[in-house]
This record gives sequence, C-alpha cells and structure tokens, in this order.
Amino acid sequence: MQHDIYIYLLLMSAVTLSIRILPLLLIRGEIRNTFLRSFLYYVPYVTLAVMTFPSMVEATKSPISGTAALLLGLTLAWRGASLFTVAATCCIIVFVTELFL
Amino acid sequence: MQKTALTKSRRQIFYEGVHDGIPIALGYFVVSFTLGIAAKNAGLSPLEGFLASLFNNASAGEFAGFSVIEADAPYLEIILITLVANARYLLMSCALSQRMAKSTSAWHRIFVGFDVTDELFGIAIARKGLLNPFYSYGSYSVALPGWAFGTLFGVIAGNVLPEMLVSALSVALYGMFLWIIIPPAKRDTVIRGLVAVSFAASFLLTHASFAADISFGTRTIILTLLIAGAGAILFPIKEKEEEHAA
Repeated sequence: MQHDIYIYLLLMSAVTLSIRILPLLLIRGEIRNTFLRSFLYYVPYVTLAVMTFPSMVEATKSPISGTAALLLGLTLAWRGASLFTVAATCCIIVFVTELFL
Repeated sequence: MQKTALTKSRRQIFYEGVHDGIPIALGYFVVSFTLGIAAKNAGLSPLEGFLASLFNNASAGEFAGFSVIEADAPYLEIILITLVANARYLLMSCALSQRMAKSTSAWHRIFVGFDVTDELFGIAIARKGLLNPFYSYGSYSVALPGWAFGTLFGVIAGNVLPEMLVSALSVALYGMFLWIIIPPAKRDTVIRGLVAVSFAASFLLTHASFAADISFGTRTIILTLLIAGAGAILFPIKEKEEEHAA
C-alpha cells in the first residue's frame, strides 16, 4: 500500500461534500445550459449501470448465483418493489442458490 | 396539513423528519453493512469505514472509492471517480437550491447539503412549498448514524461471518443500484437504452484483452463520460422530464 487511506478518505469526502454543498451555497438562479442539464441527468444511471454489470455477477462465489440475483433484482425493481425487498431478495437468492451448488 | 405547516415549531418539523427518516435509516443500516464488507476487503479499518460513511453517505461513491483504495491507485483517481459516481447529488442539490428561501443562511445551506442522498433528497423534495432545514436535520439525525454504524459493523462482522453469508450479502449493494436505475428506465426509453448500452459496454471493456489494464475506476469514468455525453447530445432533455425524474 503506497498511498495513505486517510488521504484517500479526505479527498473523497472533500469532493462529495463540495458536490452536495456548493450548489446550495452558490446557485440562486437556474441552470440553463441544455447539454449540462442533460448530461447531469443521465450520469447517475450510466454510472450505476456500469458499476452493476458485470460486477454483480462476479461478486458472488459462483457466477450462477450472481446471475440469478441480477435477474431477480431486475424483475423486482421493474415491478416497483421497495429498496429493502430488492436488496434482501438478491441476498436470499444467492444464499439459496449456493446451497445447491 | 399544509396550512398548519406554517405555524409548526422547529421541533415539530424536526420530529416529522425523524419519523420519515426511520425507515430510511433501517434500509441504510442493512445496505451499509454490506458496504462495510467491501471496505474491509479494500483494507479499511472499522474507524476508517465509519468515517468514510459519516462524511460521504453515498453507496455508489463509497463503493467506487473503496475499489480505488483496494487497487492502491493514484489519488487523482479517487477524486475523479467520486466526482463521477456522486455527480447526481450535484443535480439534486441544484434542485434543492430552487426550493430554499432566499434568506436561508449559509450555515443552513451547508448542513442541508451535508447529507443529500437519493432517499433523503426524495422525502425533502416531496414536501410542499419551501424547504424547512429542520425537516432535513430530523431525517439526517437517524439516517446518517444508521449508515455510518452499519458500515462500522460491516467492517467488524465481515471478518466473522461465514463465507456463504458474505457472498450473499455482497449483492445487496448491487440490488440497491438496480432499485435506483430500473424504475426510471421503465418510464423513460432513453434511460433504458443508456442502461442497456452501459451494461454491454461495461461487459466488453471488462473482458476485452486490449482493455485488461484499465482499472474499475477508470473504466467507470470513461464509460460514464462517453455514454452520458452521447446521451446528452443525442437526446437533450426537456424541463418536464427532469422534474419527473426527481
């Protein structure tokens, strides 16, 4: 480990807090630039999608249980299940699947 | 209800926030517990995990940050990945800024901004009229400890849990990501397309031999800039859609 974890955490926290606080402190009017608004609007979905797949499938002991969790999670989220239901069901299906592997 | 809101005391508003924050705090505890497992795997101590969650309260952002720490990557990478993974909070804070009384002090703006998350932003923006900082403080007072202590216990208990349980819990965070991205993808065909393209591109870049040296963090940054940028150029949004998404 060449880098200091506390410096990592300091940088990470400084960036996160700036992102959250600066707009509230600085913006009194409205953002008008269409590209910027659109880009900011799409960013979370793309980032989270990239981080979810294929990582979710590869995070478990077996890719079979990870795939089962992905498919079930997709289906439940599509049907509007709550955060707790989606997250918990994904965990349970991995556990149950791996009992039989 | 709305009429009396004007005459409610700060204490009453604060307790309304606490009330609405409790189910969020419970959900946070479970999800951040698995985040603690990721923190442990990245080499963080319980205190480091606790501090990371206390000052960030961001599942995707922290998870991405931990992956950078685990890879012992350059400091610049944690700045960029945090910026990208948490960019949505910028949009939420921009939206919140439109709902604050002009006279709101800088301190209130700082403390309200401290814990803007998908859920806490959601319950704040769902209230009618101008934002009362004390409602947010009430919800933060339960949600933030839920998140930070969940991470703390995750780092500690990640060591003692059987491997099968850790394997099962490791997908909880991804379940949360799905819960965030899928409902908007169902409503909005552009988001659906972008999510599908992101899945495919991420899979290709993870397994393509020419991209084998690209880290998880860098891959996430590159794909986000390219795909969200292309989306913004090809499908610029109109005001209505944005409000819908918030």
